[in-house]
Amino acid sequence: MAVDVGRAGSSIRGARGRVSGFLWRRPRLRAIGLLIPPLGWIGLVYLAALVALLLSGFHTVDSFTGKIQGNWTLDNFRQIFSLDDTTYLRIAWQTIWIAAAVTVTDAILAFPIAFYMARVASSRVRALLFVLVLLPLWSSYIVRVYAWRVILKEDGILNWTLGKLGLPPADIGFTNTAMWLVFSYVWLPFMILPVYAALERVPESYIEASRDLGARGFRTFRTVILPLALPGLVAGSIFTFSLTLGDYLTPVLIGGPGSQFIGNVIFANVGVANNVPFAAAYAMVPIVVVGVYLIIAKRLGAFDAL
Amino acid sequence: MARGTRIGLLVGTGIVVLFLWIPLVIIGVYAFNESNIQSWPISGFSTKWFGEAWDNPEVRDGFWLSVKAALGATGIAIVLGGLLSFALYRFDFFGRNVISFLVVLPIALPGIVTGMALNRFFSAVSLDLSLWTIMIGHATFCMVLVFNNVIARLRRTSPSLIEASMDLGADGWQTFRYVTWPSVATAIVAGALLAFALSFDEVIVTYFTAGANNTLPLVIFGYIREGLRLPAVNAIALVVIALTIIPVTISQRLTRDTGVLSRE
Repeated sequence: MAVDVGRAGSSIRGARGRVSGFLWRRPRLRAIGLLIPPLGWIGLVYLAALVALLLSGFHTVDSFTGKIQGNWTLDNFRQIFSLDDTTYLRIAWQTIWIAAAVTVTDAILAFPIAFYMARVASSRVRALLFVLVLLPLWSSYIVRVYAWRVILKEDGILNWTLGKLGLPPADIGFTNTAMWLVFSYVWLPFMILPVYAALERVPESYIEASRDLGARGFRTFRTVILPLALPGLVAGSIFTFSLTLGDYLTPVLIGGPGSQFIGNVIFANVGVANNVPFAAAYAMVPIVVVGVYLIIAKRLGAFDAL
Repeated sequence: MARGTRIGLLVGTGIVVLFLWIPLVIIGVYAFNESNIQSWPISGFSTKWFGEAWDNPEVRDGFWLSVKAALGATGIAIVLGGLLSFALYRFDFFGRNVISFLVVLPIALPGIVTGMALNRFFSAVSLDLSLWTIMIGHATFCMVLVFNNVIARLRRTSPSLIEASMDLGADGWQTFRYVTWPSVATAIVAGALLAFALSFDEVIVTYFTAGANNTLPLVIFGYIREGLRLPAVNAIALVVIALTIIPVTISQRLTRDTGVLSRE
């Protein structure tokens, strides 16, 4: 079947032909050959170090010498989940709570535009909206966060606009409210796109059938469209929730003194406090939370919607 | 659909589009602010901050470092992501899901965790933090973008094309060169452009892999945090937005059917 150039042709071509024919007949062998470089890279550069890092969460640092000690212990986790000093529990709770608020906000904001794109807009308008949603997603994250710092500052455009409208200034710069707003802003496209994809797949005939059976607009929405869009909403929420949960920059640039996130505590422990084991232990909190979330999301069919 | 619903949807859509774009437009306006005080409305029109930003060696060095790191990371990501997609597209086995999961991990875990892990690897093999470590780190999380784009294209390409080529006597290389390559080239370019945009923007993983070197986003981050040279930051911000929008737009055009986020 493949090639039979061994008899004729140059010896180079013959050798090449034999090699390619050999591999063509053995797809698994070829796949393994192709897999070695990328998997070797991921395993060596990333996974090994990641596992070592997370395991170091079960060690402690000698507070005197700053060296990591060899014994295995749950001390870091005791400190995180301590009920006497709830600092770390509070910060974890604040992070999870804001991530959840951002997710709900984005779901509410994303639904109308996703619905409009999927089921109302002409293909031209849809293409335009697609670009308008996609470009902010890919433009610089730090710049988008910075833009809000400029907008929300005391003499910024928000208070100027409120003043023109005769309203009192809203001094929300450097608060948790500001963080909620900015997170909702930066991750919104991640919610719009999967919801759009889910809504686009709802067959028109389902909606017609619902109407024929006497359901009014809202009933059709609640009992037909919303359940079918749910996998898309859950898929989007994976992004909005886990990206907020792991963030470090926005609390630094937008948050105030009480706006610490899990990421900020990790950062401080790697840098100033030089306590990598504690940082590693605390890093497991978002990893476990997201892990649990992903399992629930899979149950709800989110991965088929991605 | 009821008229009220239609109007409601239109209003909701309009609000979201404004919400997404107003901050970007405002940064664009501030970039041309004459005054060095960041209040609204701006006091006058000037392009001087672009020149000032470019004359600042920190900014310029950061810019070139970012470009070099992004180019290197994209190059590595093309090779690794490409190999991975060619290895996996014809198989549907349990391992495929595991491997797809492993490649997403560096981008799915919080940046700070990925940064710490990479940092740990570099210190374990005693590699000093430099341009090279930034490239290696960025390539690790950019690989998945090339992989996703190329595998989506490969799965849409009919395998009978390759069989036909082999039956007609082409060897593996010729088949790759004349059949496979033309069908995946634009997907590779599209994935590469996204990888470039992602690498060029990245902050937190870079922080852990750059050592004393500052890429452009790290320079911007430092200025914003310290409240330094903010007028120049506005100008840089506008340029950075433009620089990431261009590759993404091209990438989108190249993969209208199989783009990483497109569903068309």
